[in-house]
Amino acid sequence: MAGVGTEGGAISLAPSTGRSDAGRWQDNPTLLRVLSVVLFAGIWQIAGMIPVSFAFPTFVDTFTAFLGMIADGSLPKAYLSTLQPLILGVVLSTFLGVGVGTLCGLWRTGEWLFIPIFIVLQAAPVAAFIPMVTFIYGIGMTAKTLAVMILALPVIVLNTYKAVRNVNVSLIAMCQSFLGTRWQVVSRIILPDASPVIFAGLRLGVAAGFVGVVLAELLITPTGIGDLITFHRSRANYAAMYATIASIIALSTLTLVALEWVETRMFRPEKRGA
Amino acid sequence: MTIFGYRIPMMASLLVWCVAWEIVGRLDLMIMVPPFSEVLRAAVDLVQTPSWQSATVTTLRAFAIGMALSIVVGVPLGILMGRIKLADELLGMWVSIFSSAPLSALVPVLMILFGFGEKTIIAAVFLFAIWIIVLDTRAGVRHISPSLIEMAKSYGATKRALYVKIILWAALPEILAGIRLGLIRGVKGVVIGQLLVAIVGYGALFETFSRNFRMAEFWALTIILFAFALLISELIERLEAKVEFYAGAR
Amino acid sequence: MRNATLRKGPTLMPEPVDAIVEVRGVSKSYGNVEALRGIDLDFPRGKLTSLLGPSGCGKTTLLKIIAGLVNADAGTISVNGRTVSKPGPERAFVFQDFALLPWATVLRNVAFGLELRGKAAAEREKIARHYIGEVGLAGFEDKYPHELSGGMRQRVGLARALSVDADVLLLDEPFSAVDEQNRRKFQEDLIRLRTTQNKTFIFVTHSIEEAVYISDRIVLLSPRPGRISQIIEPEIDRSVDPDRIHRDKHYLDTVEEIWQGLKQYVD
Ligand SMILES: Nc1ncnc2c1ncn2[C@@H]1O[C@H](COP(=O)(O)OP(=O)(O)OP(=O)(O)O)[C@@H](O)[C@H]1O
Ligand SMILES: [Mg+2]
Repeated sequence: MAGVGTEGGAISLAPSTGRSDAGRWQDNPTLLRVLSVVLFAGIWQIAGMIPVSFAFPTFVDTFTAFLGMIADGSLPKAYLSTLQPLILGVVLSTFLGVGVGTLCGLWRTGEWLFIPIFIVLQAAPVAAFIPMVTFIYGIGMTAKTLAVMILALPVIVLNTYKAVRNVNVSLIAMCQSFLGTRWQVVSRIILPDASPVIFAGLRLGVAAGFVGVVLAELLITPTGIGDLITFHRSRANYAAMYATIASIIALSTLTLVALEWVETRMFRPEKRGA
Repeated sequence: MTIFGYRIPMMASLLVWCVAWEIVGRLDLMIMVPPFSEVLRAAVDLVQTPSWQSATVTTLRAFAIGMALSIVVGVPLGILMGRIKLADELLGMWVSIFSSAPLSALVPVLMILFGFGEKTIIAAVFLFAIWIIVLDTRAGVRHISPSLIEMAKSYGATKRALYVKIILWAALPEILAGIRLGLIRGVKGVVIGQLLVAIVGYGALFETFSRNFRMAEFWALTIILFAFALLISELIERLEAKVEFYAGAR
Repeated sequence: MRNATLRKGPTLMPEPVDAIVEVRGVSKSYGNVEALRGIDLDFPRGKLTSLLGPSGCGKTTLLKIIAGLVNADAGTISVNGRTVSKPGPERAFVFQDFALLPWATVLRNVAFGLELRGKAAAEREKIARHYIGEVGLAGFEDKYPHELSGGMRQRVGLARALSVDADVLLLDEPFSAVDEQNRRKFQEDLIRLRTTQNKTFIFVTHSIEEAVYISDRIVLLSPRPGRISQIIEPEIDRSVDPDRIHRDKHYLDTVEEIWQGLKQYVD
């Protein structure tokens, strides 16, 4: 059935550790990364200068607007209100998701009962629920937190479940052969062995959480980053609007890179260094 | 799960949940949750209304166009990145960023660039679906065994033959997996786009139903949407299984 | 009567026979790994020559340079007197991992070399069917590679190389992914094909026994950087029962001798 597989083929965003011994510029990863950023900014700048649309500011304008919004405090204030439900939602989803996922991985009836729901929720456009959530919980923190959880929970549950189900069987046999109790098998073998995949699921959960909180703010609650976007759009202040959007995308990317870095550090000794 | 020695397929548990839903609905515990049977009845009525039919046509058309664009652009881009290192180095970072970024934040930009209509929805589908297609295609091309390429070269394959007869086929399982994930993301894109634009297709319907508290219809529409998403991914998965069958020996 | 002709040292080249492939002064480095240094070698027409040497000594590299799949840093390759630097129709490669198209049937795989050369479908399939029979796979035309055993898959690879009618067949450890029983059978088939097909075979192998069993000439390469350390012509009478060859004293002596020569490189 659909959805239990993770999305493969990702390119690592974490700083590349590869050395380059040849002097050719094509082989220098740092240089290429810088070049890639410069190219992106350059194309943006040119597209803004043509301009491709009246609503397409240049890169420089956008960056200036970004600095301006930091200076006048509107961006930090918006982030303060956006990050609270995001962090709360992700933390709650983590505990709930890892708990439910582990349970489903260990307990057959639980698996049968709950996993299909999460498969459906992961594959389906659950964003449709977000307007509904506001109807029940109003436009406050609760609604935003729930929006984050609706999007983040399924992927965390499914990754945890998959990790626990695919744990190395011979390690379990080993633990049992040394007279490990059921609890020891779970705590000393299954969870440590599953932890890299569980953590990868948390990373995907955080990415989904960002989508949830932005969507909630755009759709329902007139606060935070979403409100800032809507506000500047209504004022036709496009540079500020683009800057806000770029900042949330940048923040989410940086968070994911940091998590990926932690992941390789903590869980994937074989991937560390080269 | 097995009961009395019979294996019960996992998805069957959804029926249990439907029954639970019915009971909760009958008990009138929450106004948001009408009984499941009522939702089904609403679904049957809903599909007969012209407003649903025209919304479905709009939605499907935007979805199909957006998906077609993202496949037509995404697959060649992925092949390019898989084959040419410089392209990979320059584009890889951005593809990666966009594949996991909160793209919903970009929908307002699409709205001012493309207006409050179908074009925005198409752009949203494209934006949501393309990155994973690029990433998976690239991974597929990267995984092609070098000896397959050498084989083609040693038998004098032209550049065109190399791409058309070897690379495209050898990467096909990953390309299809990417398209399947892209379709799932595309459905999310169409829904998020319509919810935000709020006057097109299903977005408009959702808006009306939730504003007027027509819960049975709201749930009916949700279920139809979910069923559509699952159906699509199931269909592609069938196709994938077929490809896996002859690519099984890779 | 049948004496192994031993020529020691890289300077002693065999008397000029009719060489179909000539390697002159070929060197190759990957970054700072020197894989081959100054290889001079002739491959006589119609013979089976083995390249034998410790792992990583550059056998595959040399074979791929001959095939035109890898460019040498220095030196030239000529085939039939013409210098070559790209793959050409007079050479065909048999791959260690078979390199079969998993999505194509045996028939299409065997015909694939001809397909790339633009031969009409009916004609290439006729040729392919002939060689499928030749390698003993008749009846398997419509199977897919994953439905075949390792040995059968390599037969497909061999049939593909035969069907393009190249003069030189380049085989890179063709049996290393094939089980032992199939390998024996396959070696016998190769000996038979060599006499019936009138082609030149250049054969890379790890196995001393295999090299002595099937080769007319064995080129021993030294470890990195690969150089020619010895050329041996086993001169084994292969018209007799294959099982007798394996117990033949001359065969065993040659194997032992090569092993004594190679032993110093193994630590
Ligand atoms: N594409 C490459 N890039 C870098 N180094 C390479 C490459 N191909 C081969 N080498 C190096 O060149 C040397 C010779 O390799 P080659 O594959 O020719 O050896 P070989 O004799 O075929 O070994 P084996 O018996 O293990 O197949 C090895 O040290 C290998 O590491
Ligand atoms: Mg080799």
